[in-house]
Amino acid sequence: MSDESQRLRVVTDQDVVRVRQLVRTVSVAVKLSLVDQTKLVTAASELARNTLVYGGGGEVEVTRVHNERRAGIRIVFADQGPGIVDLDLALTDGYTTGGGLGLGLSGARRLVDEFAIDTEPGKGTTITIVKWCR
Amino acid sequence: MERVPVLKIGDILLVSIQIDMEDQVALQLQEDLAERIVATGVHGVIIDISALDIVDSFVGRTIATIASVSRVLDAETVVVGMRPAVAITLVELGLSLPGIRTALNVELGIEMLGRRADRDDELFDDDDEPGQAVVTTP
Repeated sequence: MSDESQRLRVVTDQDVVRVRQLVRTVSVAVKLSLVDQTKLVTAASELARNTLVYGGGGEVEVTRVHNERRAGIRIVFADQGPGIVDLDLALTDGYTTGGGLGLGLSGARRLVDEFAIDTEPGKGTTITIVKWCR
Repeated sequence: MERVPVLKIGDILLVSIQIDMEDQVALQLQEDLAERIVATGVHGVIIDISALDIVDSFVGRTIATIASVSRVLDAETVVVGMRPAVAITLVELGLSLPGIRTALNVELGIEMLGRRADRDDELFDDDDEPGQAVVTTP
């Protein structure tokens, strides 16, 4: 079950800031704890930057979700960029092709409850994360 | 583009980050600080992040770079005011900011830099490893 989604284009640095602000607002609305809000906004910042830097821009969709027991937030990051050739390597701490620290993808995965990647070389990458209220 | 102000107070440059920085703003701050350290000849930099509700790997890396550049320019950096939730998230993200000195608030940061200055005066004559002299905490 899910409510209406909110979408943002990610084309500039400023859009990454907007993603953080939207995720923060929705995190407060679903009453995530302060630490969980911080973790989710941080993960969203890492992944939105990846969408911009590696994916060449794309779209972020933020949705309030619920199952029988809990409320949560699902965020989807989608780009039509080059895709990820070696996913295991990309998820390794410290590995980077972009001159960063190599913590964005692997670190973001540790900060959320559910993490799924759909990627194909030449077709783009879609990453879905979910954080549930405790 | 917004810019983070850099204030000089005595022998210290104080930066209080009050906005959700775009990546370019963080990079600009890095450049501004390096220039101000050289222009003013200060020996300490305090970066107050108490207003930041997240620090992601980009901002974390920028802070680490500022600290390294400052050290090369003979200034010591102390990061102050990190929120508890930010600390928990940073460590879980995998970024523990090794080699960066921290204090709980601006006042304690200033004290920390003051002690460093005193110690440097004592060590001035026989200090053959300047990098080592400033790392320890009392």
